Amino acid sequence: MPKLIRQGVIEEKDPWTLLKEATGPEVLQAVPGRNFIVPLQFWKLYRDELSEYSGEISLWLDSHEDVSAIGPDLHSFPLIALNFPVFSDGRSYTNARELREQLHYKGEIRAIGDVLRDQLFYMSRCGFDAFALRHDQDPEVCLQAFNDYETGYQASVMEPTPLFRRR
Amino acid sequence: MLSSRQLRKLALIARDYDKGYGHFTTRQNIQFNWPALEDVPDILAHLAEVEMHANQTSGNCIRNTTTDQFAGVAVDEIEDARPYCEIIRQWSTFHPEFAYLPRKFKIAVCGTREDQAATQVHDIGAYLTRNDSGETGFRILAGGGLGRTPVIGEEIFPFVTKPHLLTALEAIMRVYNREGRRDNKYKARIKILVKETGAEQFREKVFAEWEKIKDGPQTLTDAEIERCKSFFSDPDYAELADKPATLTDRLAADALFASWHEQNVRPHKKPGYAIVTVCFKETGVAPGDVTDAQLDYLAELAEEYSFSEVRVTHHQNVVFADVRQELLYDFWKQLQARALASHNLGLLTDIICCPGGDFCALANAKSIPIAESIQRQFPDHAELKELGEIRINISGCMNACGHHHVGNIGILGVDKKGEEFYQVTLGGSSKNEASLGKVIGPAFSQEEIPAVIAKIVEVYKANRQQDEAFIDTYKRVGIDPFKELVYAQTN
Repeated sequence: MPKLIRQGVIEEKDPWTLLKEATGPEVLQAVPGRNFIVPLQFWKLYRDELSEYSGEISLWLDSHEDVSAIGPDLHSFPLIALNFPVFSDGRSYTNARELREQLHYKGEIRAIGDVLRDQLFYMSRCGFDAFALRHDQDPEVCLQAFNDYETGYQASVMEPTPLFRRR
Repeated sequence: MLSSRQLRKLALIARDYDKGYGHFTTRQNIQFNWPALEDVPDILAHLAEVEMHANQTSGNCIRNTTTDQFAGVAVDEIEDARPYCEIIRQWSTFHPEFAYLPRKFKIAVCGTREDQAATQVHDIGAYLTRNDSGETGFRILAGGGLGRTPVIGEEIFPFVTKPHLLTALEAIMRVYNREGRRDNKYKARIKILVKETGAEQFREKVFAEWEKIKDGPQTLTDAEIERCKSFFSDPDYAELADKPATLTDRLAADALFASWHEQNVRPHKKPGYAIVTVCFKETGVAPGDVTDAQLDYLAELAEEYSFSEVRVTHHQNVVFADVRQELLYDFWKQLQARALASHNLGLLTDIICCPGGDFCALANAKSIPIAESIQRQFPDHAELKELGEIRINISGCMNACGHHHVGNIGILGVDKKGEEFYQVTLGGSSKNEASLGKVIGPAFSQEEIPAVIAKIVEVYKANRQQDEAFIDTYKRVGIDPFKELVYAQTN
């Protein structure tokens, strides 16, 4: 069972399969009709082949990759996943904010990788709305993380008006 | 800034949870080194009772924002920096995007003309300044720092108006969070990014980010600035005259008091008041260490003499910012009774020193005994006064918590095959004309250090012109004459 929280709910089923790495597009032909999250570079290399695939395709970016590299096709993807190779690598927070605030991306932004309870509150404030939890995390405990604090001082994706403008 | 109530709480924590003392750090914080892990929640609860906390005191996040200890009372102030520190504190507290930066991040704001906050060696340093049309705003530097690779910050924003302070900071942080090195923790500070990218290109990247968020919701409002200013309003000053007879008579009659007054008391913006720095550098006591009894006593003194408030400086001393000049003599008498009247402020024996190998797991070498051995080398106060301002900074390792790079004389503990040695640098300064010290030559043993310092002082005395300060003599004559005498015997 996947450990997935989406829109504040524990999901029993995940419609997406994460393709961590792949050598070529023939891998997908073996399993038709699935929905795959593929690496950004894989999509860049094989976008024609992928456009003919029978299931849906979305992208994941590693922390060193910049969401601006996706280009004008961004809004056609229902989901963008951003990886945390280790929880202490904070680059995906900036990527998530850029997706929401600068690129106005409306689809799902999913945190993948080293996704732990203590970071969920920050992630949600930066625009993540789906969380593929690390295998050892308890989803019920993780749900409570979204209420760690009632509010924040800064402008964020969840609350675009900073506290000083709401006093 | 600490209220008497907060000082008493720190005293309680030192007494009940530590070994009876705490340590004022060069970050203007207090460190408790010996609490049991299981007591930490109780300690945090105690702190919360007096509006204190330990948030973001470690980790790769934005740390506490610091400023000049004379903010709000200095005579040379452009504007009080404290409200802007508070604005930055709020913005940086639990900032969701910048909690996992490549490395820790320190911001200083300075509103006085004589920078006491070491602003240029912070990851971000912001100076309050006026532009040509008389408007007050900020000049913002980034990429300064000490540690293994000491650098003076590069100017990123020559001038931003107050409403744009937070968006300008956020733009710098975003470029750093995205591009700062994460492959090597010793190259992860923003100073390395600025250096490797080049200041010009770094600035362009920051401006590109700033364009996107400038005038956005994080733009500060006048109402918010006013609200934060209200936290730092002046205390209820009395209308007094400067230099009352009660002060001048005592100064004329008591040479010891006059000497302390000259070193430790500074002019105040309000007539009849004075700023007093209490120096915690007594020979034999670790710089910055303060006992529970001293903390309680500071609380009492603050209540009696300075509107129940003190300030901790990055020189690890304590400031009473609002003392009536007519009460200075009483105040000094009180300090004397508690052995806190040490009058070596700014002098050679007012040493800045990290906790060193006695307390710190990172340190290569001890630093506190080195400070003590130097203080013992110079027991004569008249000689110290004659020498004038000489800043000695000691760090027990390359992490440079004692800021040795900006000491007029810097001492760095290094480990050579399990033995402790000390490298000496000359010519550093953290003032407006900031500079980084130069290594004089091969390192010395612990025993050699006091004599080495004595020789350096000797060279200074031989070369100084009239009242020239140590740093100015050094800048004029260079490192060679010092090198010659210090290594004369061994050559």
